[in-house]
Amino acid sequence: MSASGLILAGVDGDRTWGLQDYVARGGYSALRKVISEKIPPETIIAELKASSLRGRGGAGFPTGLKWSFMPRSFPGAKYLACNSDEGEPGTFKDRDILRYNPHTVIEGMTIAAYAMGCERGYNYIHGEIFDVYERFEAALAEAREAGLLGQNILGSDFSFELFAHHGYGAYICGEETALLESIEGKKGQPRFKPPFPASYGLYGKPTTINNTETFASVPFIINMGGEGFLNLGKPNNGGTKLFSVSGHVNRPGNYEVAMGTPFSELLEMAGGMRGGRKLKAVIPGGSSAPVLPGSVMMDCTMDYDSISKAGSMLGSGAVIVMDETTCMVKALERLSYFYFEESCGQCTPCREGTGWLYRVVHRIENGLGRKDDLDLLNSVTGNIMGRTICALGDAASMPVQSFVKHFGSEFEYHIENKKCLVPPEVQYEGSQIYVRP
Amino acid sequence: MLEIEIDGKQVTVEDGSTIMDAATKIGAFVPHFCYHKKLSIAASCRMCLVQVEKAPKPLPACATPVTNGMKVWTRSEQAVKAQKGVMEFLLINHPLDCPICDQGGECQLQDLAVGYGGSQSRYEEEKRVVLNKNLGPLVSTDMTRCINCTRCVRFTTEIAGQMELGQAFRGEHAEIMPFVEKTVDSELSGNIIDLCPVGALTSKPFRFSARTWELARRRSVSPHDSLGSNLIVQVKHDVVKRVLPFENEDINECWLSDKDRFSYEGLNSEDRLTVPMLKQDGVWKETDWQTALEFAGNGLRKTAKQNGPDSIGALASPHSTIEELYLLQKLTRAIGSDSVDFRLRQSDFRADGFREGAPWLGIPINEVAGLNRLLVIGSFLRKDSPLLAQRVRQAAKRGLHVSAIGASAEEWLLPVKNRVLVAPSAIVPALLQVVAALAAEKGVAVAEHLAAAMPASVSDDARAIAQSLASGRKVAVWLGNLAVQCEYATEIQQLAEEIARLTEGAFGVIGEAANSVGGYLAKAVPLVGGLNAKQMLEQPRKAYLLLNAEPALDFANPALAQSVLGAAPLVVALSAFKSESLLAAADVLLPIAPFTETSGTFVNCEGRAQNFNAVARPLGDTRPGWKVLRVLGNLLEFEGFEHNDSEAVAAEALAAGSRPDLGNRLFGLEFNFAAQTVAGLERVSDVPIYAADPLVRRAKSLQKTRDAKGPVASASAATLAAIGVESGGRVRLKQGQASVEVPIVADESVAANCVRVAAATAATSVLGAMCGEISVERV
Amino acid sequence: MLSQESLQQIDREIAKYPPDQKQSAVMAALRIAQVEKGWLPKELIEFVASYLQMPAIAAYEVASFYNMYDLEPVGRHKITVCTNLPCALSGGVHAADYLKEKLGIDFNETTPDGKFTLKEGECMGACGDAPVLLVNNHHMCSWMTKEKIDQILAELADK
Repeated sequence: MSASGLILAGVDGDRTWGLQDYVARGGYSALRKVISEKIPPETIIAELKASSLRGRGGAGFPTGLKWSFMPRSFPGAKYLACNSDEGEPGTFKDRDILRYNPHTVIEGMTIAAYAMGCERGYNYIHGEIFDVYERFEAALAEAREAGLLGQNILGSDFSFELFAHHGYGAYICGEETALLESIEGKKGQPRFKPPFPASYGLYGKPTTINNTETFASVPFIINMGGEGFLNLGKPNNGGTKLFSVSGHVNRPGNYEVAMGTPFSELLEMAGGMRGGRKLKAVIPGGSSAPVLPGSVMMDCTMDYDSISKAGSMLGSGAVIVMDETTCMVKALERLSYFYFEESCGQCTPCREGTGWLYRVVHRIENGLGRKDDLDLLNSVTGNIMGRTICALGDAASMPVQSFVKHFGSEFEYHIENKKCLVPPEVQYEGSQIYVRP
Repeated sequence: MLEIEIDGKQVTVEDGSTIMDAATKIGAFVPHFCYHKKLSIAASCRMCLVQVEKAPKPLPACATPVTNGMKVWTRSEQAVKAQKGVMEFLLINHPLDCPICDQGGECQLQDLAVGYGGSQSRYEEEKRVVLNKNLGPLVSTDMTRCINCTRCVRFTTEIAGQMELGQAFRGEHAEIMPFVEKTVDSELSGNIIDLCPVGALTSKPFRFSARTWELARRRSVSPHDSLGSNLIVQVKHDVVKRVLPFENEDINECWLSDKDRFSYEGLNSEDRLTVPMLKQDGVWKETDWQTALEFAGNGLRKTAKQNGPDSIGALASPHSTIEELYLLQKLTRAIGSDSVDFRLRQSDFRADGFREGAPWLGIPINEVAGLNRLLVIGSFLRKDSPLLAQRVRQAAKRGLHVSAIGASAEEWLLPVKNRVLVAPSAIVPALLQVVAALAAEKGVAVAEHLAAAMPASVSDDARAIAQSLASGRKVAVWLGNLAVQCEYATEIQQLAEEIARLTEGAFGVIGEAANSVGGYLAKAVPLVGGLNAKQMLEQPRKAYLLLNAEPALDFANPALAQSVLGAAPLVVALSAFKSESLLAAADVLLPIAPFTETSGTFVNCEGRAQNFNAVARPLGDTRPGWKVLRVLGNLLEFEGFEHNDSEAVAAEALAAGSRPDLGNRLFGLEFNFAAQTVAGLERVSDVPIYAADPLVRRAKSLQKTRDAKGPVASASAATLAAIGVESGGRVRLKQGQASVEVPIVADESVAANCVRVAAATAATSVLGAMCGEISVERV
Repeated sequence: MLSQESLQQIDREIAKYPPDQKQSAVMAALRIAQVEKGWLPKELIEFVASYLQMPAIAAYEVASFYNMYDLEPVGRHKITVCTNLPCALSGGVHAADYLKEKLGIDFNETTPDGKFTLKEGECMGACGDAPVLLVNNHHMCSWMTKEKIDQILAELADK
């Protein structure tokens, strides 16, 4: 783990996740402040808005605005959900937050519940990280024990029950309404919107869902004020952000940096290119974000606006770095297989189209590509994008379109020559088991 | 109200409407597969994508709410491009095996592919293959054709009330299936065939027997339960090949029960009686109509002459048409006898002579949706009236509170808020408690004739029912088949009337059969001192006219019916089928047409007369029942049998003023309830869903369903323990002299101290009355 | 059908949700059942469904939708290797190949002694730790090397 910034500041691997250490780092001071000063919910939401905190799960929706959608005077139960179903290839930040600093998520969620009047919350934790789920359960027990969670928090009349819900292997549950379905004990098939969760969410009740990192940022915003948080980053891109750097770098890991940090700096923090090889391509925001050529990336700063201008998305902040040994057709084949496997099966274009995309890319990779395959890929992705209930269809299409757009000649070479531009032995070397220095 | 413009046309729709609703209103067709007006919205097939002003991408018409001033284009370039794109995806893994697909010619996918599909596929990869599932004897599967619209899944969950199908696995591997190795056992299962927009779910009995375009489509009315579902009967060369629903929002909506849909298989059973038959010296011989009718006419004339007209009785099935019932009673009365009845399974007739009119449901069927409190007394609601139960189920989702009092608590697949589960003899005491609690709740005095019967104390369950009913705005109380058939039917009806009075609600009778109301209207009941169905057997007649009834299966007391009819010097039976008990009892068999081969009328539970025409020519020498009765009248030289067609009979039968009105109240009848103390166990009888009438009993696919294979006898575990038998063990059931050995199973839905014994089944046809004391011994 | 301990665990999960939302515990209940029995035969799914008062097919939908549930028997130790792109860039595929070679089986196969089943996994949310393995669904092994794989297999073989 590599850490600086706010959320991961001062944590020390597996040793300092507990309540005592968190409190020693200033933890729960924000919640105490909210409760003791009886800060009005509107003020909290106003601070969130001022902080310019944008959803860290990938969509980048302004958090304060989202919170303000919750019906204030709704008579029945209202729910809060934390999306820790981190399964987008390249993303692994929430796992570190939860295992090294779980209490910041608990504190953030409790403040959110206070601000929105939620009586109950669930943290939906990715299936493959059972140990993290268990640790979060332990953290919840600590918080309850200390009166920081449960009935009459810190002696006030504010109560909030928070539980962990463990996923069991479905990428789609990272989609917020699929996540709600999953908590309800169903298949994770996204719901058509409207109605949006703020009016019809978990068990049909108003619900707000935020990403782990989003909630983890909340205590810091309360402590330093919205503007203080904003000023850490750049306008419209407030605060720090965790970037998960993976692929061909020397030190893969999480790096919490201010929004707007140049990509080149981030790359350097991650130890630079592995073996000193040349940067070929970067997927800057998780596997569903369009891939960008390395040269384009080197001119970008790491914030929503800059990456968007370059034609991709900051997404969840998952930076997949590929060097010159990478075959782009093979890389796309693997990603397409992923979306094919993870499509929930509900909407026709995604259920049928993701398999089609994978099979065509697979064919090209295996020397059976046809001349009009690239047109076919563009056409099929065009028929998937924007035609499905959730964004998985788009997520499956954007890599295909961007790989073909930026590395079209490599695809054409495959089709014409039935082999790769990058010699097999070079590819083999470049994908060797990476042994950390 | 919201203003919306669709394809340039202005339309005003209600708040909460979708684009699909608005498009339907102006008659614009938006292609779709998963959308169905009666099911929840899935929005997943994506076929109904349309262009909406200011929306960056096409939106599904089925799920997108209308906003004021919205502009929608259903056939713009953007919309059609999206629709065609979806169609291509639907077809890439579809087998396109239309030439061998039963759905061919009536397939939504095929139809829409003509307009939206390409002429050649761009998909050249291997197609998906999905293994077929065994859903039971009614629904056939070809799952490779499935487009995962999930209509069938939503149907079982939302309409049938039990999720029997699901979409398992995910993505391209998603499959519609029941739970591993389970079948779909709902009594409404056939509707998933209609709902399936492709050939994935088709009718097993119909499979490969005809193409849709070869079939003549004719309207008819179901002859089974009291709802009177509207049918489209499909016929090829005078053989009924298939039955589909004819949509009638007031009655069956777009659904059919499996009984309505698949009973047609019985029409061509080997049991069909196709030529008149005479029994001579104990031997049955085929004969011609002239001989048979003369034998019958002469026999009746002779009996009337020798023993008086009162020695003749007529017994008819309530599944007979108005025309048949009317002419039967007219003939009987012309002979000079008032002994005619169609209520073969009833045992309490004390209310006759005090009735306001023909007992009916008390409210129109389409008002069930508006009820907010309902008390159902002595009913096997779900199996006796599947689509009425379905309406109750939908109403319950909108806040209807259902209470039940009865001797069985079998699963209705809808929430029953309060329930009293007692032996038949304890239903009246339970109702008295409800009345007492209700009067207290309302602060109103009970009716004078009931005052003396009020109980000293009220159970919590009875009070809960009273409280539920007292808080209702729109209340109904219904009597089910058990309530009507049991020995306490009169008191139950009196108390239902009182509950309705106290709650300002409606009360009525669900009704057993297609003409349970019609039989009263046709006056097929004793009116001036004649004998009722029970008396006609208790006081044996010399001659009987038997219409559409089988002695062993259609009577309240089959042992008695068989012995009395068997011993009678003359039994003239009009029937579409022969059966062992009929052959044993009858002396002459007159083959009459089942509902598909005659015109006729059924009056359903809400009092709606629905007439229908023959959809096929009568089989063999079969003749319509009304014609046979008319000719008998002519033969006996009675006046008033000059009808040229069945319409004339129906017009005469249902002429206002000459027939009774609908009405459930009882006038001038004292309340004299004396609970008979039952020392041992009490018999509770249901008529299993596929055993209720001669036609359905011969429908072979229905006879293979789980519902047809239900247990003969069941009782609670405690009762079984008291008898000393384990679930699955064998017992001897005894009623008086009659006894039979059957297996018995544990079933906690049976009231304490009761044994549920299926009526109308071969195994129990040697037994006596459907209710009353029964002894059970371990074998 | 399940041990008292498993049932208690399931009850604890049920308690996390509103009283009328027992079905919410189905994922946890299936997980707990699978841990005890090794995989999910249909009788077990049916049992869990009835325990939670939900339709059996609804539980089957869940069991077949989430890919960590095993609807077929697996070896005593199920090893899942992530081969998705970020892992593949750091040797995920090579690690899988090494496992195949060591165990003498392909993906979705079980060793003849019934000890190991090998599965190809999708993103586990641990790309920075590549190559990663998941042992028996609940134990993640990071930064795999051939030596570490040898070590893990040796340890598991004795369990």
